[in-house]
Amino acid sequence: MTSGGEQGPRPDPDATLRRKAIRSSVALGVAVGAYGVAFGAASVAAGLSVLQSCLLSLLAFTGGSQFAVVGVIAGGGSPAAALASGLLLGSRNTLYAMRLAPLLRPRPLVKPLAALGTIDESTAMAIAWLGGGPPARSAGPAAATAGGQEDPRYGRVAFWWTFGSVFVVWNLATLAGAAGTSALGDPGRFGLDAVVPVAFLALLAPRLRQGALERSIAVTAVVIAAVLIPLTPPGVPVLAACAALLLAGVLR
Amino acid sequence: MNTWTLVAATIAGCYLLKLAGYLVPARVLDHPRVRRIVDLVPVALLAALVVVEAIANGRHYDIDGSRMAGVAVGAVAVWRRAPFVVVIVVAAVTAALLRLA
Repeated sequence: MTSGGEQGPRPDPDATLRRKAIRSSVALGVAVGAYGVAFGAASVAAGLSVLQSCLLSLLAFTGGSQFAVVGVIAGGGSPAAALASGLLLGSRNTLYAMRLAPLLRPRPLVKPLAALGTIDESTAMAIAWLGGGPPARSAGPAAATAGGQEDPRYGRVAFWWTFGSVFVVWNLATLAGAAGTSALGDPGRFGLDAVVPVAFLALLAPRLRQGALERSIAVTAVVIAAVLIPLTPPGVPVLAACAALLLAGVLR
Repeated sequence: MNTWTLVAATIAGCYLLKLAGYLVPARVLDHPRVRRIVDLVPVALLAALVVVEAIANGRHYDIDGSRMAGVAVGAVAVWRRAPFVVVIVVAAVTAALLRLA
């Protein structure tokens, strides 16, 4: 990447990339955040109050765990079982935080906020933008992320903008869904259920282009998760997919 | 455990799980093997999320034709290196239009 500081007739490439990172982050945030409607509705249907539903979205702020908790309650499970599956789903955020810590290097006062924002989408977006390239186009500088030559600037931009836009939309949508005044209705009507897996795929794509090791880990992870879906509680298939690293020999 | 206890415990637990990752000492994360693992774990997690979000509903397989078509079109867009926003829009529009039909 050129480090062009001069103000010429051409647009500054840094500013252009930054705008791209922000645009991608907000697009993902809105699409994913809209699912808050479904959470709000499911939560109230499971017997939680509107306030309780909104507090979960504001402070737990991790969609998978929230759906798991109200899902178990709605299915007649005990609160202890609900809590356990919520925490199980939330435990991958610890791994994300370990990945993000050296990238974000948050100051002590910012750390609690960075922690709140550490979710699937913000982490994936931050990592995809680490190399200073857009996630869907890794032929350029984005491919040069391996080996510690990371430029954290765009990764940070992507993290905070994704966190911010998911947070705002997720919480407003939770309130709308819980209060039953949803103008949106079923997110599936807008095809958003197709957006979620595709968004993760787009964020994964640059890593798949990096090398055979990444591809074999991804394929193994897909097989593990797919097989475990009917056999284990929600959350386990995704976590267990980490065993793909073991099978790929990374831990040796 | 009543509902308020459940809500409080979920909030505290989920938040502390996130915070814990930031409290791991930097020298542990700087270890080459740890760095390598932490760098590759998201590849496995993301790949698993793709499949779970695409075909799972709780503990059941849920293979919806419109969603699958949206995912397939989106995957082609990813493969063709379309910009992220385009990928999202074509997937949503494909699934939504098929549901209207």
